[in-house]
Amino acid sequence: MSNNRDFTRRSLLKTAGGIALVSGISTPAILRAQTAEVIRIGHLTPRTGFLGPLGEYAVMAADLAVEEINASGGMMGRKLELLKEDSVNPQTASTKAERMIERDKVACIIGEISSASCLTIAQVAQRNKVLYINTGGNSDALRGSDCKRYMFHVESQNSMYVKSVGRSFLRDGLVKGKKWYSLTADYAFGHDLLKVAKRFMEGNGGNFAGDDLVPTDATDFSAYLLKIRDAKPDLVVINLAGTQTTNFLKQYAEFGLTFPVGGFGFDTALAWAAGKGNFVGTWPVVWHHLIDTPGSKNFVAAFTKKYSKPPENQAWGDYVATKIVAQAVNELKSTDSTKIIEYFEKGAKFDLLKTRQGYFRASDHQLMHEMYAVTALPADKIKNQWDVFSSSPSVPGPNEDLEAIAATKEENSCTFAT
Amino acid sequence: MLLAQQILNGLLDGVYYLLIALGLSLIFSLGGIVNLAHGAFYAIGAYLTFVLSPYLGFGGSFVAAPAAVALLGMVIERSLFRRFYRSDPILSLLLTFGLAMIAEQALRMIFGAPPLSYSIPPWLRGQVAIGSFIYSFYRVVLICIAAACVTGLWVLLQKTPFGRVVRAGVQNPDMVGALGISLQPYMSAVAAIGIGLAGLAGVLLAPIYSIHPAMGQEIITPAFVVVVIGGLGSFWGVVAAALLVGLVKGVMVGIGYSAASTAAIYLLMLLVLLFRPRGLFGERILRFE
Repeated sequence: MSNNRDFTRRSLLKTAGGIALVSGISTPAILRAQTAEVIRIGHLTPRTGFLGPLGEYAVMAADLAVEEINASGGMMGRKLELLKEDSVNPQTASTKAERMIERDKVACIIGEISSASCLTIAQVAQRNKVLYINTGGNSDALRGSDCKRYMFHVESQNSMYVKSVGRSFLRDGLVKGKKWYSLTADYAFGHDLLKVAKRFMEGNGGNFAGDDLVPTDATDFSAYLLKIRDAKPDLVVINLAGTQTTNFLKQYAEFGLTFPVGGFGFDTALAWAAGKGNFVGTWPVVWHHLIDTPGSKNFVAAFTKKYSKPPENQAWGDYVATKIVAQAVNELKSTDSTKIIEYFEKGAKFDLLKTRQGYFRASDHQLMHEMYAVTALPADKIKNQWDVFSSSPSVPGPNEDLEAIAATKEENSCTFAT
Repeated sequence: MLLAQQILNGLLDGVYYLLIALGLSLIFSLGGIVNLAHGAFYAIGAYLTFVLSPYLGFGGSFVAAPAAVALLGMVIERSLFRRFYRSDPILSLLLTFGLAMIAEQALRMIFGAPPLSYSIPPWLRGQVAIGSFIYSFYRVVLICIAAACVTGLWVLLQKTPFGRVVRAGVQNPDMVGALGISLQPYMSAVAAIGIGLAGLAGVLLAPIYSIHPAMGQEIITPAFVVVVIGGLGSFWGVVAAALLVGLVKGVMVGIGYSAASTAAIYLLMLLVLLFRPRGLFGERILRFE
């Protein structure tokens, strides 16, 4: 019997390598018959991996938006159909975008969270002249050196995140003459954010104490916490993404550290997961479920009714992006990407469920809109598992230009290739 | 001083991998099954803690969850693993790979993709000072439990009649059969113990890591690295490898090369395999050569 199995350590290693390859490939979408009646939109977002938890909110919200659009007459009277796929990683994202455009003839692509995948999708979109709306990639480079005529951004850029929460840090005296220490996610998003964060903190008199790049698969932060404890910073800046933020917050509380915490990138689902007493600090968000406007209240109610939990900020991005496309197509009576881009660039206004309407800035295709800084409530003030923070008023304030928090031309400039 | 703390913390960090890697190594050594679903059992352990804690408390789920996972492991061994002991190992690899995907998707369908909120129970919070080294009390407890499990497993394998049969089975299953001993019940027991340990790791790490469907994937790769570095069939090899992997990661962060901390463990694996192809203390097992 023993001789029959040709199993060696060598083949074990080979198969392990093979599995690593195979796991990157996921099931192809079912081939759908082409029908003239439906308009298809492609939706790509990470649904597995460390950004997967946020991707699920994105998918739920896009589904809800499509449902509402179809209930109110669809697009140009035609039914809207959403093709949803797990983008997995930048390579797979690009392959799937290609397939959605060439085989499924989607009118446009919406979605994504990873800045690295945004770029590969945008390259495919640009080459095929199909509109792509980024709903979750933050890096400034996507709106700067890597900007594309066919890519628009509903998600705020890192500069907007930094400047909106930065105001809270300045107000609380955590910047000028203070020592800050940061942990940075080791991929496109983190690197970009660290650069923008440094520019802001140094510009406002903060002293940089140190930074650690964190591999995206790290789960244990004890080694980093020992370093932070030793450095005794006045502010710990967490520029991590996905479930890592949750892990960090849980372990920060576990180690009993009390230095003020904040971050320049954030998602409310991560605060919900960290739990009462573990969630601390001040963080920026593009939107949250406690915003007191009729639009937001309706969205929260509809989402909660459908999914029995409130939406988080990533849900807002994909919901709003889908609605923006519907508005454009219905007004233009066309799904032609070139026409939609013209419409966006001319400064069309959109309802973003906030106090003010927003628009895409023509120079870099960034959505101009209000943001918020949320601060963790102390454990004894928390009434339920969702309402775990208090919010700043909208940033920029009512009398300010919406562009006040966006990157200036000097900080980040974009030239569209012709 | 900080470096000494990092070295100590790194070693302690390695203990978490150990709970996963020991079971992985045991199941592979005895049955020749590369259990890619091992991480999934870890995740199931964590989710069970989340579900059971409101009723049983953390203490109760600490007992109940690993027991339930061990039972599940036994069922899977009886119904699935045993069919693959004598077939091409690629098949069992595909089987466990499939199981891992099913488990992850099932968790996603039942509990949703967002991480669940779970914290350290109040009575296990706080810090302890060991000399000038201040450390989380919960982690000290966690390490003591892990050390107790490792010791218990060692005693079981080295000092009991049960362990003697298992070790003989690793070396030469045919000879064990010829002596009139059926390995079947031992296989079931080993699967239950190995998988139960993964469930226990899930229970212990749920309060400090995020509970999310892909958490099994996060831990399985480093655990495999530990098994490969340690060497098949070697108990202490796996222990040494786990500590070494933890140490290398911790020190890389400590000296400011955190970005390379993951890459470093793969480099370590490469070096070990270059100089010791059977791993650190890997035994020569005829049927795997």
